[in-house]
Amino acid sequence: MYNFDFERPSTVDEAVKALQAEDAQALGGGQTLIPTLKQRLAAPAKLVSLAGIAAMRFVKTEGGKLCVGGGTPHAVVADEAAKSFPALAKLAANIGDPAVRNKGTVGGSLANNDPSACYPSAALACGATIVTNSREITADDFFQGMFETALEEGEIITEVRFPIPQAANYQKFEQPASRFALTGIFVAKYPDGVRVAVTGASGDGVFRWTEAEKALSANFSADAIAGLSVDPDGMIEDLHGSAAYRAHLVKVLTGRAVTAAR
Amino acid sequence: MPKVSMTVNGKPVSGEVEGRTLLVQFLRETLGLTGTHVGCDTSQCGACTVHVGGKSVKSCTTFALDCDGAEVATIEGMANADGSLGTIQQAFQDHHGLQCGFCTPGMVMSAAALLKENPKPTEAEVRHYLEGNICRCTGYHNIVKAILAASGQDISAIAAE
Ligand code: FES
Ligand code: FES
Repeated sequence: MYNFDFERPSTVDEAVKALQAEDAQALGGGQTLIPTLKQRLAAPAKLVSLAGIAAMRFVKTEGGKLCVGGGTPHAVVADEAAKSFPALAKLAANIGDPAVRNKGTVGGSLANNDPSACYPSAALACGATIVTNSREITADDFFQGMFETALEEGEIITEVRFPIPQAANYQKFEQPASRFALTGIFVAKYPDGVRVAVTGASGDGVFRWTEAEKALSANFSADAIAGLSVDPDGMIEDLHGSAAYRAHLVKVLTGRAVTAAR
Repeated sequence: MPKVSMTVNGKPVSGEVEGRTLLVQFLRETLGLTGTHVGCDTSQCGACTVHVGGKSVKSCTTFALDCDGAEVATIEGMANADGSLGTIQQAFQDHHGLQCGFCTPGMVMSAAALLKENPKPTEAEVRHYLEGNICRCTGYHNIVKAILAASGQDISAIAAE
């Protein structure tokens, strides 16, 4: 790892200011960024840790939404959302391992937008609002392809607001070594329709399976998608699974998620 | 160089570090607390597990400066005040929960974190909790047994396996 300056502000404003320095980079829980720095795949001049910002760590419900501070670790979401939004709590409870969940944050996961991360699927399936230090971004606009988001340089995710669905479930087909999703499906049912988001499968990162959404909005049962198929074109192909395998998983896991949705 | 101060196993400590200094480097190289091991340095094996603010973290994937002011607990703090082995450590010895011992500091710290959250875990819960701790020697069975025994539960049912 190359050396860098390290700052640990205690407010969002201070962090935003610190991030204006040249080649400054925000540090969430560091569970992705630190390994990346060790591999010298990133070489910021300054790291601005967000871990000292107490105002970015919270889980609360407000007007039918679960609001999570951008700096909230997965383990805290797993505990504190267990009653209000169990599907999201379960997703958080199965990211990585316990030590990773104590450090990694929801804001960090969304900002990184790893194509195999769990959280992006929940944010997209719920039509979450990503709140930053300067604006609000809908999940549909936020995710812009593998590791790409709508975030500007130096912009910080301060909060994520998930509309709480009537029923939801996350199915993760785990790659056992990395514990990332080989494919993961988040299904969320709302009064105005069903949303299905897919992670781990596409080379473009998280996406909505709109055909399934239409079918499931008319009939919320695994049978509704029996006749559909997923195009393997553009799916990730690697030593863990072929494109066709991932396309198949999308359908199977969507069916399981619908059946398990509560 | 920036200075960092924290409490390690109840004692206030401080030292000069670089921005990139990992918590595990600070513990091992600056403080000489070499009980915490580095197995993989890539956040996978859990040999470096310590507690920060009462929560288990991988000290190879935590910056020392991010722990400024924090309460840190390491394997060196797990023994009783008179130097005898703590309950979890003793259970590892009694149930042969280690062979080479390389993973053991991390296993003990993870076990301590688990038992704090869940004082009477099931076998399945112990195995699930240890997902981030890799052992190349024991096959895990005796580690699981030791942790269940340390929780005060009857392990005779799995002892015969
Ligand atoms: S050395 Fe930290 S997880 Fe292996
Ligand atoms: S006892 Fe040797 S690695 Fe666990």
